[in-house]
Amino acid sequence: MTNKVMSIMVVGVGGQGVILASELLCEAAMRMGYDVKKSEIHGMAQRGGSVVSSVRYGEKVYSPLITKREADILLSFEQLETLRWLDYIKPEGKIVINDQRIVPMAVAVGQGEYPDVFGILNRVTDKVYKLNGPDIAQQVGDIRAVNVALVGALSIHLDIPMELWRKVIESRVPPETLDINLKAFEMGRTLMKVP
Amino acid sequence: MRVLLSGNEAIARGAYEYGISVATAYPGTPSTEILENMVNYKDNIYCEWAPNEKVAMEVAIGASLGGARALVAMKHVGLNVASDPFLTLSYTGVKGGLVIVSADDPGMHSSQNEQDNRHYARMAKVPMLEPSDSQEAKDYVGIALEISEVFDAPVLLRTTTRVSHTKTVVRLSEREKIPAPSEFERAPGKYVMVPANARMRHIAVEERLERLRQYAEETDINRIEWRDKKVGVITSGISYQYVREAMPDASILKLGMTYPLAENLIRKFANGVETLYVVEELDPFLEEQIKAMGINVIGKEKLPILYEFDQSIIREKLADEKIELKNFLGETQLPPRPPVLCPGCPHRGVFYILKKLKLVVMGDIGCYSLGVAPPLAALDSTVCMGASVGMTFGAELALKENIKGKIVGVIGDSTFIHSGITGLIDIVYNKGASTIIILDNRTTGMTGHQDNPGTGRTLKGERTHQLDLKEVVRAVGIKNVRVIDPYNLEETEKVITEEINKDEPSVIITNRPCVLIVKDEKQNKYRVDAKLCKNCGMCYMVGCSAIYREDNKANIDEIFCAGCGVCAQVCRFNAIKKVGDMDDQ
Repeated sequence: MTNKVMSIMVVGVGGQGVILASELLCEAAMRMGYDVKKSEIHGMAQRGGSVVSSVRYGEKVYSPLITKREADILLSFEQLETLRWLDYIKPEGKIVINDQRIVPMAVAVGQGEYPDVFGILNRVTDKVYKLNGPDIAQQVGDIRAVNVALVGALSIHLDIPMELWRKVIESRVPPETLDINLKAFEMGRTLMKVP
Repeated sequence: MRVLLSGNEAIARGAYEYGISVATAYPGTPSTEILENMVNYKDNIYCEWAPNEKVAMEVAIGASLGGARALVAMKHVGLNVASDPFLTLSYTGVKGGLVIVSADDPGMHSSQNEQDNRHYARMAKVPMLEPSDSQEAKDYVGIALEISEVFDAPVLLRTTTRVSHTKTVVRLSEREKIPAPSEFERAPGKYVMVPANARMRHIAVEERLERLRQYAEETDINRIEWRDKKVGVITSGISYQYVREAMPDASILKLGMTYPLAENLIRKFANGVETLYVVEELDPFLEEQIKAMGINVIGKEKLPILYEFDQSIIREKLADEKIELKNFLGETQLPPRPPVLCPGCPHRGVFYILKKLKLVVMGDIGCYSLGVAPPLAALDSTVCMGASVGMTFGAELALKENIKGKIVGVIGDSTFIHSGITGLIDIVYNKGASTIIILDNRTTGMTGHQDNPGTGRTLKGERTHQLDLKEVVRAVGIKNVRVIDPYNLEETEKVITEEINKDEPSVIITNRPCVLIVKDEKQNKYRVDAKLCKNCGMCYMVGCSAIYREDNKANIDEIFCAGCGVCAQVCRFNAIKKVGDMDDQ
């Protein structure tokens, strides 16, 4: 098979900016000249529920969906949400994870426990790349920049040049937030390079 | 130019490129973004949110008979509402090309049922096209308009969630110049469906179907892709993509037009392969028709009738490829994270009180459907748009004095305007005494904040007359009209208790807009005073995702807190206070 397709799942909680992150990724892949497909569910998911967006790109992409054992990379915006999608990662796949907890209602009211996420991930793969997104967002001065910082962290695992990312971000974020978002992207990218 | 568009964005673009000048809809997932994006072309296309799908359909029919190219979009259950005009529209035919988009939701990601709207094409005897990506979604708008005008028929453009909400690469073109109509061309024999005319038109419909069958044989949107002839698959829509992915060597008959079917083409394909499958989500719509042609085909005996497909289902069921999974989680149970009412949602206080009063609650379609989830768990029915009103009355008729003072109906503002008003007229007319609560949050919330007649703004963002719900319910004959602040639990409880015990019908209207459309000032946030918190758990019972337990105390996440104060009112120890009112600050 010569038609190599890259499959990236972006997961998190409604309101975290999962959709914008996957939009940036798609736009970058398209400007690289790839065929791109992105699928997600709108509607009820925006009300604080689990969100998943599937991005696939390559010479030719048929299905927009990523099924079990197909994801090259899982980009997770929230610790617990990472665990819902472990079956979807390829045996050699990578996990880029935001070191943030958002406690689900069930746990908040004392029904169920928030699991030991990194303990479980250690059993899955050693290719876990952790980023403290909220910390970066705080440093750049806008809590909403977590998503762009995470795309920055993701970017070192992809074959897309920095200059292209810059153009994509320019085209997709409001002009007044451009500097903050570029800074968050670069911090995410830089911190991910340092082990 | 190459751009990434969702199926919905591509349909809007197609409407622009192919000269549509009137587009209407009522919001409904997964169709909503079609009209939301149509606004981008408002200089060329008049676009509107109609009060419901039936009206949207009728406006589009009028535009078509007036000579304009028109499009009307809705979710699958929306076509139920619009089915009355739709089925007779088949008889009248069109003047300007008319496209009806039905966005189905296999898997019920955001729907109350999983009906397969392909049956509507067969029932109405109208042509149906099914795109399998965004490029086709755009192109098929043009093909649908051409078919519509050549065959004098409305055309059903049927999508599913994974086409509507998947972005794929699309090439853009310029807008076709379509001359504007100058006068209404009268044709009463064709447009006035009194029985004598309708009998003649039914003949025309059957003849049209024959001509469309011939078209289906010739159109290139039905095409055979010959590969290995051991296995052949007949498929359409998004399933085509899954089959290409899962069975790259199989020969495929891809049907872009799925009603009426191209029988000769199907027969030719069937004769060319050893084993023939039909891959379609939901009902065996193609399968049963192909079997009726006397062709041996394998479909639902191998593939599910439920929910949506993906490539792994095709691999497993048709190619016998199974994947091994490891149990990474061991004994760990993952807490679920379903959608919840937002912090500060004005519905929360109402549902808290309804649960406290142990009332039977007839619900409706909207964000407040989330009132079914624990800990609020205060909803006893959800059927369709507008149903809560009539169902409340019906339950009272069944249970008489046994349910007096123990039942209410709840409905949203947009939903009430959509189809709750007629139910309320029924209650007044037939001397009921029901209490209906209109949760007026000044928007169409669940589908993502679309305007409606109650918001005073149009889809195009213009100011318009704002429908006054109080005046409307008074006008239908409701004497007991109460307006409450749902953030005030005491008032909410008092008013609901008073109204449910009356011998006349009542309407209670809440007055807080959706918390997501009104920016809240910062000083309103609440905080738990750990010294006073006894960890009794009462505040958890309001079901707010900003409240969590830590170190055996309640805590409030101030980033999420919207400052509604409902939790502070349920705390018996006065431990929840406004930030700024705390003793130690």
